[in-house]
Amino acid sequence: MKHRLCRYGTLVFTLLFLTSCSTVPISPSRTPSALDPQGPAAAKLAELWWVMLAFGTAILVLVIVLLFAALRRSRRATSETAPNSSDGDVGRNWLILGGIALPLIVIGIVFVYSVYTLAAVENPLAPPAVKIEVVGRRWWWEVKYPDQGVTTANEIHLPIGVPVQVQLQSADVIHSFWVPELHGKMDLIPTRINYLTLQSDQTGVYRGVCAEFCGLQHAHMGFMVVAQSNDDFNDWLNAQQQDAATPTDDTAKRGQQVFVSAGCVFCHTVRGLDDKEIDRSGVDLGPDLTHLSSRLTIAGASLTQNKGNLAGWIIDVDHVKPGSLMPSMNLNSQDLQSLLAYLATLR
Amino acid sequence: MKSQAIHFGLAVVIVCLLSACAGDVSGIVQPRTYSDANVASGRRLIASYGCGSCHSIPGIPGADALAAPPLNHFGERSYIAGLLPNNWEKLIKWIQNPQQIKPGTAMPNLGVKEDEAKDIAAYLYHQPTIGELFSR
Repeated sequence: MKHRLCRYGTLVFTLLFLTSCSTVPISPSRTPSALDPQGPAAAKLAELWWVMLAFGTAILVLVIVLLFAALRRSRRATSETAPNSSDGDVGRNWLILGGIALPLIVIGIVFVYSVYTLAAVENPLAPPAVKIEVVGRRWWWEVKYPDQGVTTANEIHLPIGVPVQVQLQSADVIHSFWVPELHGKMDLIPTRINYLTLQSDQTGVYRGVCAEFCGLQHAHMGFMVVAQSNDDFNDWLNAQQQDAATPTDDTAKRGQQVFVSAGCVFCHTVRGLDDKEIDRSGVDLGPDLTHLSSRLTIAGASLTQNKGNLAGWIIDVDHVKPGSLMPSMNLNSQDLQSLLAYLATLR
Repeated sequence: MKSQAIHFGLAVVIVCLLSACAGDVSGIVQPRTYSDANVASGRRLIASYGCGSCHSIPGIPGADALAAPPLNHFGERSYIAGLLPNNWEKLIKWIQNPQQIKPGTAMPNLGVKEDEAKDIAAYLYHQPTIGELFSR
C-alpha cells in the first residue's frame, strides 16, 4: 500500500516536473492558451470547455458522495439484520436512474451543446474579408494572399474584427494548424483542402503551432499571427507587395552575389532579384525571402528574426533544426558578413 | 618496505599538486564591480541578440550551438577570439565591434551598444570559474 502511494507520488511529481519543462528557447512568445480566447470562435470553444469541465466536476463529486454513502450504509447493513426484500428494488432503481438515465441526459446535453458550438464555429456570420492560403511544409508554413499577390512564410497578418478565411493544404504529410487563442485545430491533409475562419477582436501577436506530429522538427514548426488595425494591415500588405529593393551599399551588393553564387537562390525566391535563368521546378522550395527582415521570426518561429540568429541559422542549420531540408552553408566569414548585410536590406 | 616509501612519496607529490590547483590561479580576470541587475540584463541581452545561435552559453535557454567557441568559464579564458587578452575593457570593445577588431572574423557586428556590452560582459564574467566550482 505504502509502495503504491510512493509510486503515485512519483508519477505526480514527474508530471508536474515535465509540465514545468515545456519551454520554447529564445522564441518570442507568451504561452498560448485556448482558455484566453481573443476571437469569437475561440470564445465559443472556451465556453464549451468550461461547460464540460463543470459537468465533469459535478459528476465526479456526485459519484464520490455516493461512494462514501454506500460505504457507510454497507457497514451499517452488516452490523444490523439482513436486508429486507424491498432493497432489491431500490438497487434496480439506482441502476436505472444513475446508470442509464443520468448518463443519457448528461451526454445528450454535452452532445447537443458540442454540435451547436461546432456549427457556430464553422459558419461565421459574415463573408470573409480576406482570403489566405496556407501550405504546411516540413517544417514551416507558406502563407499566400492570392488576391493581393503576397507570399510570405511563418507569419499571418490579419485585420481585427473581421472574419478571415484560411485555406489549408499540405505539401507533404499531415500537419495541423492551431492558433489556440483564435480557433481550434484544423488538419492539413495531403490532396485535401480544409478551411478555417480566423477572427481576432484585439490587436496582438499570437503564436500558432503545428498540432499533428509531422516528423523530426514538428515541435519547431510554429508561426506568428499578427492581428492589427485595418490601416496597419493595409500598410503591411502594400509593403509586402513591393519587390525587394536593390541593395545600394557595397557589402550588401556583395551579399546579393553570395546569395546567388552560394545557391540560396535555388530554393528561396527574392522577388525583384534577376534570377530568370534559375529553374526551381522539382525543387522542394524554401520560404520566400523577399521581405525576410520585416518578419518577427525565422526557421518556423523557432528563432527571433535578428542578425545573430540568422548567422547561427545559416552556418549551422542542422544544430537548430536537425533534419531540416536547408543545408548548413559552408560560407567563408567574409561572405557570411556580406550575406547578412544583404538579408538585412530585405525589409 | 621500499615500495611503501615510494607510494608514500607519490601520495605527497599528488597532494602537493592538487593543493596548488586550489589556490588563486593567475590569469583569471579580476572582478570589476557589477550588480546582479547587470548580470540579469546581460542574460536578457544575450538571449535577445541571438548569441546562443552560434555559442554555447551556460544559463541561456537554447544556447547550445557549436558554430562558435563555447563561452563557459569565460573569465578563465586567456584570449578573446584568439587575439585579445581577456579583460573587461577588451571584451566590451570586442562585443560591440568584432569586425573592426578582427576583420574577417565570422562574428558579425550586431549593433550592441556600450552599456549593453558591459552587461553582457558582466554576465559572462559572472559565471563561476573552475576553481570556484571546486571550492564549493
